[in-house]
Amino acid sequence: MIALTLREFHQFEAAGRRFLYLVPSAAVFELEEPGQAILDLLDDATVSEDDVVNGLSARFPVTVIRETIADLLNARAIGYEHVRDDPGPKQLPMVPFPLNTIVLNVTNQCNLACTYCYEYGEDKIVDTEHGQQSKFMSETTAREAVDLLLRESGRVAHMTFFGGETLLNFPVLKSTIAYARERAAQVGKMIDFSLTTNATLLRPDIIDFLAANEIGVTISMDGPKDLQDKFRVFHNGTGSYEVVAPKIKELLRKHRTRPIGARVTLTSETIDVTRIYRHLTEEFGFAEVGFAPVTTSPQQQYAIGNTGFDRMLGQFRELGLEFLEHAVENKHHGFSNVKDTLEEIHKGVSKAYPCGAGLGLLGVSTDGDVAVCHRFAGSDQHKLGTVKTGIDRAAQAEFLEQHHIAEKTDCHTCWARPLCSGGCYHEAHVRYGTTRRPNLHYCEWIRGWTDTCLQIYGELAVRNPEFIARFDRDEARAEAVL
Amino acid sequence: MTHLKPINRKAQRVVAEVGSGVSRTIGDADKDVVALQQLPAPPHFPLGCSLAFSPGWEADSTGGTAGLCQPVERDIFDCHLGCFWPAHVPDQLNHAPDWTGTCATAQKDWRKLDLVFPG
Repeated sequence: MIALTLREFHQFEAAGRRFLYLVPSAAVFELEEPGQAILDLLDDATVSEDDVVNGLSARFPVTVIRETIADLLNARAIGYEHVRDDPGPKQLPMVPFPLNTIVLNVTNQCNLACTYCYEYGEDKIVDTEHGQQSKFMSETTAREAVDLLLRESGRVAHMTFFGGETLLNFPVLKSTIAYARERAAQVGKMIDFSLTTNATLLRPDIIDFLAANEIGVTISMDGPKDLQDKFRVFHNGTGSYEVVAPKIKELLRKHRTRPIGARVTLTSETIDVTRIYRHLTEEFGFAEVGFAPVTTSPQQQYAIGNTGFDRMLGQFRELGLEFLEHAVENKHHGFSNVKDTLEEIHKGVSKAYPCGAGLGLLGVSTDGDVAVCHRFAGSDQHKLGTVKTGIDRAAQAEFLEQHHIAEKTDCHTCWARPLCSGGCYHEAHVRYGTTRRPNLHYCEWIRGWTDTCLQIYGELAVRNPEFIARFDRDEARAEAVL
Repeated sequence: MTHLKPINRKAQRVVAEVGSGVSRTIGDADKDVVALQQLPAPPHFPLGCSLAFSPGWEADSTGGTAGLCQPVERDIFDCHLGCFWPAHVPDQLNHAPDWTGTCATAQKDWRKLDLVFPG
């Protein structure tokens, strides 16, 4: 008897139809009724091909059953029991991998004292108050970072300014952009800029500069006054909402050259996704709002626990369905968490690494140390070179070797690993003391959210395929530039 | 592929790959070869140097473990989960519940199994 058995996949239902998300290929197929019946049969028991045919011949023509079995075998949704399911080789990225984005921590100082901040609270990695690192990045270091980026990048390079509070070092930011434009023109590459700010220091002249230079802006903000002022406070404890609100409104009115997004940190005490989204899009007019749970060790009161993740998932689902209804009618909806995931699902991304950190993205500390990402900037343990000496390729190779999904044993039985790949390195470092561990505390949440996004994707594939086709067109346009 | 509808781009690539004949539909010819191998496969025995696998037999011809063709850790799950050899592995019920936490697939990950020190 040659027995058939199920391979790895996740089934989901959308628009009244059944779909398969295959793991690890990340291919999405729609199932017809015979396919569904075969999978149901194999779910109960391991049976031979002939038994499958006999069992279902009353319901479907024999040729259809056999063809469907062949299709499922080819897609690797099922396999022969005696043939081992080959996990495939551990493929490391080609080296040297082009550098796509560099994040400059232009200062590690901040005029706010958000109580949940990973940079200053109990979970901090680098002692920015009493440590060795400079408090502000010098113009020379920033220029060296520009040179590093343009040396290691492909045709297009991205530079992001970060902090601390980025705008505390506006002079360096301004001169670095001018220098980077000039250097990029000399070497024939394209460069674009973005920054993240808490909005407290936005002045009319800064806003004009950002608009004129087409600088992408992300505002860190938690929503309506009661939520914003709970954690996002000044050093004396007063809330920042009244200070930032008029400045953000002015920015959104005057800066029209790039869509401006808000980045919300969710804590156990501020899980109110829909209200935050409404406030930020309707009251302020943000083009996009992205949410992320606070990065913290579990003992902090504001850490999101299991029930919090459930609540958050429920609210994400609600807003996700709203996104879907907008997308069906080709209307814009700014819930960016969905859009990013839909794009990855559409491409069939199957990640060996959770993000581009240490690969296409690097962080730079105020002193010019190159790190895995901006969240590790200044940490000796996570150093991958300096802007002066360049990327330490040996350290980078070791990092990539150690953090590959093949090394994350816990993930090997999870169907969501093509998209999650273990989750944020920094989150893992704070939770478990090592970047190498997968983030097991939010697996259920990741699977729940991935399932929701797959459902939204399936619905769109049936109800408005045009919306999905847009991802292809956007990419073709981006590639035309390359 | 006629009964699976590709939806995303990766699925279309799978279909193209199958259509190009790079990975063939498994047909009768393949099954013949399989049949000649007298399948179904025998029950799984852990790969060691002893066919009749039983605790206590896992020693080389000198009575030690140095000459085994596979490291003793290779059999770990066959021994302490499916069999009756509990004394030789850490007590996973009480003292070392996470001992095999990094070892989902013994064939691949047995090197990650570490010693457990008391205290």
